[in-house]
Amino acid sequence: MKFYLGGVYMTLELFLQHLANGISLGSLYALIAIGYTMVYGILRLINFAHGDIFMMAVYFAFFGVVTFGMPWYVSFIVAIALTGILGMTVEALAYRPIREAPRISILISAIGASYLLENLAIVIFGGRPKTFPQVPIFTDMVQIGNIHIQKLTFMIPAVTIALLIVLMYLINKTKSGMAMRAVSKDFETAKIMGVNVNRTISFTFGVGSLLAAVGGIMWGLKFPSILPLMGVMPGIKCFIAAVIGGIGSVTGAVIGGFILGIGEILLVAFLPELSGYRDAFSFILLILILLFRPTGIMGEKISEKV
Amino acid sequence: MKRNTIYTGTALLLLFVFVYFANKHLDSYLLRILNLCAIYTVLGLSMNLINGFTGLFSLGHAGFMAVGAYTTAMLTLPIATKQMNFFLAPLISPLDKIVWPFLPSLLLAGVLAAIVAFLIGAPVLRLKGDYLAIATLGFSEIIRVVFTNTQTVTNGALGLKGIPATTNLWWSFGTAVVTIFIMVSLINSSYGRAFKAIREDEIAAESMGISLFKHKVLSFAIGAFFAGIGGGLLGNLMGTIDPLMFRFFMTYNILLIIVLGGLGSVTGTIISAFIITIAQEFLRFLDEPIIPNIPALPGLRMVVFSILLMLVVLFFRTGLMGTREFSWDKFFGFFKKRPLSNGGAK
Repeated sequence: MKFYLGGVYMTLELFLQHLANGISLGSLYALIAIGYTMVYGILRLINFAHGDIFMMAVYFAFFGVVTFGMPWYVSFIVAIALTGILGMTVEALAYRPIREAPRISILISAIGASYLLENLAIVIFGGRPKTFPQVPIFTDMVQIGNIHIQKLTFMIPAVTIALLIVLMYLINKTKSGMAMRAVSKDFETAKIMGVNVNRTISFTFGVGSLLAAVGGIMWGLKFPSILPLMGVMPGIKCFIAAVIGGIGSVTGAVIGGFILGIGEILLVAFLPELSGYRDAFSFILLILILLFRPTGIMGEKISEKV
Repeated sequence: MKRNTIYTGTALLLLFVFVYFANKHLDSYLLRILNLCAIYTVLGLSMNLINGFTGLFSLGHAGFMAVGAYTTAMLTLPIATKQMNFFLAPLISPLDKIVWPFLPSLLLAGVLAAIVAFLIGAPVLRLKGDYLAIATLGFSEIIRVVFTNTQTVTNGALGLKGIPATTNLWWSFGTAVVTIFIMVSLINSSYGRAFKAIREDEIAAESMGISLFKHKVLSFAIGAFFAGIGGGLLGNLMGTIDPLMFRFFMTYNILLIIVLGGLGSVTGTIISAFIITIAQEFLRFLDEPIIPNIPALPGLRMVVFSILLMLVVLFFRTGLMGTREFSWDKFFGFFKKRPLSNGGAK
């Protein structure tokens, strides 16, 4: 089957291939966006360092395999655990001391933490791009009909869905999840009711960072050239995904991630002359959403208090 | 009042003498640092007007600077250099023949940046806090992406080379003095008081009859005007510009200046623009091998720098000056130390 779309000659196979790519990119965005949305839900804070935590995870996995010669599964698990710890450390050092400060100070501290992580990565890991190790189980090609596609393209959405189910269980059925929901609803009241707020916030950062780590490792497998500044753009885009979906809502972050990922890939596929504007696409989408539906797709309406 | 005018005049005269001798006797490295100090003063003040005085958390400064830098560069580049720069695709028609003097180019740079700010601000300034921050950051990235892709106007990712080095101490310090003068007058006018009222409490300000939209857009556009001029000065100091120069890092550097100086203090911004620019140069030794036999760690300077700034944000939240300002009365009062002068009133 062949057809024209947006002036580009397109076969159904090709279209499906782009769609599969879009879904897997969208899944990666979704995993990272969840970290933003959870932290924002609890602290009303854009965790600017989230993108850099994601970058650190990729490097941890890289060094595990390449420098320490661990098997990939050990290295990936260690990297995910280390990233979780890193996320909690960032929270304890950069956000906890100024929890009562005005919003602008906290935001500046968040940007500062991100800047520090990036510069640390440049010093420790070096500014030159490194090549992420290829793990055949993930990176081999499979052939379906006429199209060749990486196994990873199907595995990423599967892993994302599995993690989402676990996360949903965690948030809705466990005691820690209940504490998280309570703190995000009303910080002060939750404190009065005996919720350990600091531990809950730390836990939230940990969970968000774990998800970012999984996303980061799969990102490294999919796009093997890794750099200390690789977290900046995905970080900003995933925040956008979280805003599009409605910040504070996990389902929204996933929807936003998919919209952004699929939209970006299809834009480049159908309008190749605009491919240079690929990064601008997400920002234009963000600004449209902010102007016409500031609370996002799944967001609750917040009324202004005097 | 009259006495203070004399003091200010004397200080300006001293600055004039300083610039005159500095221009003659200092080497090019020191001159460059001094130029950067003055340019960052302009940039810091322009961002402080938006973020510190009006309380709009905008992260779009690099975008406005890019508009200014490119405008000034395109207008001041000699025709031959333009042709050398644009070897991939020729420059579009009217721009390839125009060469303007520096002053009108700078002014047009500021005006264009202000127009861009108006177009961005009109829809976006309804947003608040974090949302505004991320939307303005988004716009500044969009400006950068557009500049990277418009090969026939901006030379895309290749950037512009061979921009005439017109910026000298007279230009940079002259612009800084004019900017300081305009900022102080603006802040002490009724507009300035409206800006501060919006910063303190939007709802209260609106109920007092202050038009939020008008004042926010005004502050945003004036800030962008000076950001554009600062960008223009910077481009013609560096000699080369490319879109990567105007990434988020650029905005962050200026944000650091205003945070260290104090959000909402002109004096603080000036002091910290000098401190940060000089400190960045001074810390350069960290990038070189410090201990023999241990290889140098390039980038260590920026790590130390970011740690220092985290410490400022975490422990000295108000910055150097908070919202206080320099005045001659305080200056001399500091030296006289008569606790009960003025009848004990402060």
